[in-house]
Amino acid sequence: MSTDVMVIGGGIAGIQASLDIADKGGHVILVEKTPSIGGRMAQLDKTFPTNDCSICILAPKMADCYSHPNIDVMTYSEVIGVEGDAGNFNVNVLKKARYVDETMCTGCEECVVKCPVKLPNEFDQGLGERKAIYMPFAQAVPRVVTIDKENCIWFIKEKCGACKILCKREAIDYDQKDEEVNINVGSIIVAIGYDLWDPTPASEYGYGKYPNVFTGMEYERMINASGPTGGEMQRRSDGKRPHKLAFIQCVGSRNPQLGHAYCCSVCCMFSTKEAMLAREHHEDIDSAIFYKDLRAFGKGFWEYVERAKKDYGVRYINSDATVQENPKNNNPIVVYDVAGRPEKEEFDMVVLATTLIPRSDAVKVAEMIGIPLTQFGFFESKDRILGPVDTKRDGVFLAGYCREPMDIPESVAEGSAAAARAVETVLEKGVSV
Amino acid sequence: MEPEEQPPAASEEPTEEVPETPAQPEEKVPEAQPGTEEQPPETPTETEDQPPETPATLDSDEVRIGAFICHCGTNIGGFVDVPAVVEYAKTLPNVVYATDNLYSCAEDGLASIRDAIKEHKLNRVIVASCTPRTHAPLFQSVCEEAGLNKYLFEFANIREQCSWVHMKEKEEATQKAKDLVRSAISKAALLVPQEEMRVDVVPRSLVIGGGVAGLSAALSVARQGFDVHLVEKEAELGGFVRNLNSLSLAVKSAAETIKPLIDDAMSHENITVHLNSQVEQVNGFIGNFDTTIVTDGSSKEVKVGTIIVATGALEYIPEGFYGYGMYDNVVTLTEFEILAKNHKLPKIQNVAFIQCVGSKGQDKSYCSRICCGVSIKNALYIMENYADIVGEEGGGRVEVDVSVPEISSRRRRRRRITSAEGPGAPGGAPSGGPEITIFNRDVVTYGAEHEIYYNKAREKRIRFVRYSLENLPKVKLEGEKLAVSYFHQTLKTDRKLLADMVVLATPLVAPPDASELSKKLKVPLGQDGFFLEAHMKLRPIDFATDGIFVCGTARGPADITESVAQGLGCASRAAIPMARGFIQAEAILAQVDPTICTGCGTCVENCPYGAIRMTDEGTAEVLAAACKGCGCCGATCPEKAITMMNYTDEQLLAQGRSILEGVP
Repeated sequence: MSTDVMVIGGGIAGIQASLDIADKGGHVILVEKTPSIGGRMAQLDKTFPTNDCSICILAPKMADCYSHPNIDVMTYSEVIGVEGDAGNFNVNVLKKARYVDETMCTGCEECVVKCPVKLPNEFDQGLGERKAIYMPFAQAVPRVVTIDKENCIWFIKEKCGACKILCKREAIDYDQKDEEVNINVGSIIVAIGYDLWDPTPASEYGYGKYPNVFTGMEYERMINASGPTGGEMQRRSDGKRPHKLAFIQCVGSRNPQLGHAYCCSVCCMFSTKEAMLAREHHEDIDSAIFYKDLRAFGKGFWEYVERAKKDYGVRYINSDATVQENPKNNNPIVVYDVAGRPEKEEFDMVVLATTLIPRSDAVKVAEMIGIPLTQFGFFESKDRILGPVDTKRDGVFLAGYCREPMDIPESVAEGSAAAARAVETVLEKGVSV
Repeated sequence: MEPEEQPPAASEEPTEEVPETPAQPEEKVPEAQPGTEEQPPETPTETEDQPPETPATLDSDEVRIGAFICHCGTNIGGFVDVPAVVEYAKTLPNVVYATDNLYSCAEDGLASIRDAIKEHKLNRVIVASCTPRTHAPLFQSVCEEAGLNKYLFEFANIREQCSWVHMKEKEEATQKAKDLVRSAISKAALLVPQEEMRVDVVPRSLVIGGGVAGLSAALSVARQGFDVHLVEKEAELGGFVRNLNSLSLAVKSAAETIKPLIDDAMSHENITVHLNSQVEQVNGFIGNFDTTIVTDGSSKEVKVGTIIVATGALEYIPEGFYGYGMYDNVVTLTEFEILAKNHKLPKIQNVAFIQCVGSKGQDKSYCSRICCGVSIKNALYIMENYADIVGEEGGGRVEVDVSVPEISSRRRRRRRITSAEGPGAPGGAPSGGPEITIFNRDVVTYGAEHEIYYNKAREKRIRFVRYSLENLPKVKLEGEKLAVSYFHQTLKTDRKLLADMVVLATPLVAPPDASELSKKLKVPLGQDGFFLEAHMKLRPIDFATDGIFVCGTARGPADITESVAQGLGCASRAAIPMARGFIQAEAILAQVDPTICTGCGTCVENCPYGAIRMTDEGTAEVLAAACKGCGCCGATCPEKAITMMNYTDEQLLAQGRSILEGVP
């Protein structure tokens, strides 16, 4: 029996759930798969509809979470088995070796500077580089480095060792092993978020084929001051900055042919934001958004769209769109229609609002815990109306995008909601013992 | 399982090598142990102060400052000549000790601070390193471990504010680091110890509004072990939803669906339900709100620790839109649901829904989020319940360019829900199943669940016709039918269809009494009249004022699922201070000098937290537990009667003058 709560997923929903429980005096084990907490929100440049810097408002919460005396943050760790019932779950967690002693590393990154291996940076959607020993991003929490074993020269041919030689705090530990730990908890909150859909298979958008077609997340990283281009928009073909931008909505979403019949809930707004930010970077940028239905349904969202139109000159064009390319200059050409009449317009960069899909490991997590998924692969609520954060399994709760497409504030509210239900559970089970 | 250690974990380390220190003060904010919530929340009535600080070295008036300059690996050390800054610091007034650390935040760095405080009898400490947001609590706790009040600590940020932005100007960066250190030392000399006040929290919530959001909130708070007073102004619980026909295409009616919530709330031993009641008065602050609930003229005082606002919204009445009020069969969405629920719908075969009536840049500026989904749900309801009205001639849309369609006779089966009146009577449209058109500006069926309904509607041949704000549809009576004329955007022609009923989807609007409640609670409303949360992204259900929360349609349009989630979320937020049993008030707060205060009330108006009130003597008084130390009052007080602790004019002027030293 345990009154502890395990939160799976260290994005904003999981962070909020953890903080709420811990602030009430409950003990939380927050398990995050990647080397840092922060989730998708950490990758975003700004947030709609206030254009607040995303990491700037998130980082304090990440820090609060990590330094909270009632929260054990397990990064670079995965849940690999769940047994038992509400009030008494036994969870097996694989704590992957990062080959760095977390208690010794201060995050100075001197090892990173000297590491000779350059790899695409996942956090920057592959646009920038990282090293084989790396800090996932500037504001990562915990601020410790991780060695990517697959690509580290030491692990491949037992040579180099630069990081170990350089580290003044002797934090590098090549002998570290993966560790399996069994944790007894009373309740579990699943908040594993979403994956980004790769639009390469949808050849009509030209992603992967035409260099100047980007995904929304690539664009977010590009316009971020701490991103791979230092905040400059750069065409893949020639490094020049664009003057005419097209945003195409519902790429892969609301589209049963491409396997995702649902609406992602956030893309209309993030494209609006991205178009506004383009104009904030360069006053001469012209942006057009091609959309099916403009879904600006949150607080202040429609007003935000109105502002994009009036103050930022963003053009909204109600049409499906596909992409061709002008071979002379690698300019993408957007093909669309107005009142049934086909039209073409040349841009110098296209940004695709690609659909946000259930995590690739959602099926695994669902099977492990024994909870069903919806037809779209999201975690299914016990009662769609009155019990949205409950699952069919007693003691297991849901929060955020992994349950249903939603934006940040809704994920935060659900994080709190799941925290309330988890605390209710451990109280009830605790009392009954 | 070994908790993952944090690089700055030192504060939790046992302080083995400090035997000469008097007994360590208990941890400042004693975190309740897991399972603390299980303890029945008693109401402690006495405000109990935390154990006093044991300042080891404050017995003399002599100011003894220690300065610790951090290399942060190469983050600072690579661009700032740290040893030079240390040497410089040693020359400054009151500095008795200065040193550098490779990493001040690592255990050895922290130990060096701890040891130096004792060895050199330091009574002020400054660390020049990174950002106070992440590291100030760490260094403050080290000061406390060494017996020094944590408010005798000052931070200089020479990384974000210096080395990182001057990587190419090493000399200037070093000079700037010296300036920042000097400035921090000037302030540090004037620091005084501060005590954090502890205020007990009454373990009871007031939930205002008995709709689904309020019910969800009340039940969860109750299940977490706290008392709840649930105030509903109507004679029964259930709110807006109670009137609706259905909440989904599920078999249950809306009333049946939410009945378990109502039953649970009525029967829960921790919940006191006040029907026909209003909150008349609210005074106090987090942990200790004095509220007055008025029921049928008699009032009752209830003391609560937290308040949840769940007062809901109303449907906008579309006076002047599309013949509403003129034609009987032009109704709002909610009116449609009420008719359906009470089996009072007239015979309908051709129905037009018009979306965004009065919203999105009309009377209201916003999109009301849920109406597309609700219209589609009702359209599907019609399709399913009228599906067997199939005439011999088969289906067919009643639509022509301009002329009135030929009216053919048709046969209808009598149905249970048929009402005798209504213009859907014989002589209507040609026969066939129901013909439904939804006029929209955008179909906003966001997410996965709503979109399923939209796809289902299209499968069922419900027609979606887009219109623009510049070219609104028009509704007028033609015989017994309602003629909807509109501009077809693709065909670029004026079209017309005849309908038995026109349903107007109007936005949810804030109820008129929201403004009065906002004044009573001293919490803000947004431009759209809904309650305004503390932060749009990360504090969606908190108010800026501690201890008050908001959920459901009171904060803006939301569907039932979202309202329930927000209600539960509020229950979580509200339970935090109640589970802890106390709140630790800020030590850095405003202080009013009543001998100078003229009682003008400027501070009361400017305080974003409702933390200042006027006393009977006519002077302002700061409610310590509610004050956040933001300084708005101090900045705006025309008499300079308000002082911010540890940000006094004297301290800030010293800091400012110091940094400008040597500037011509």
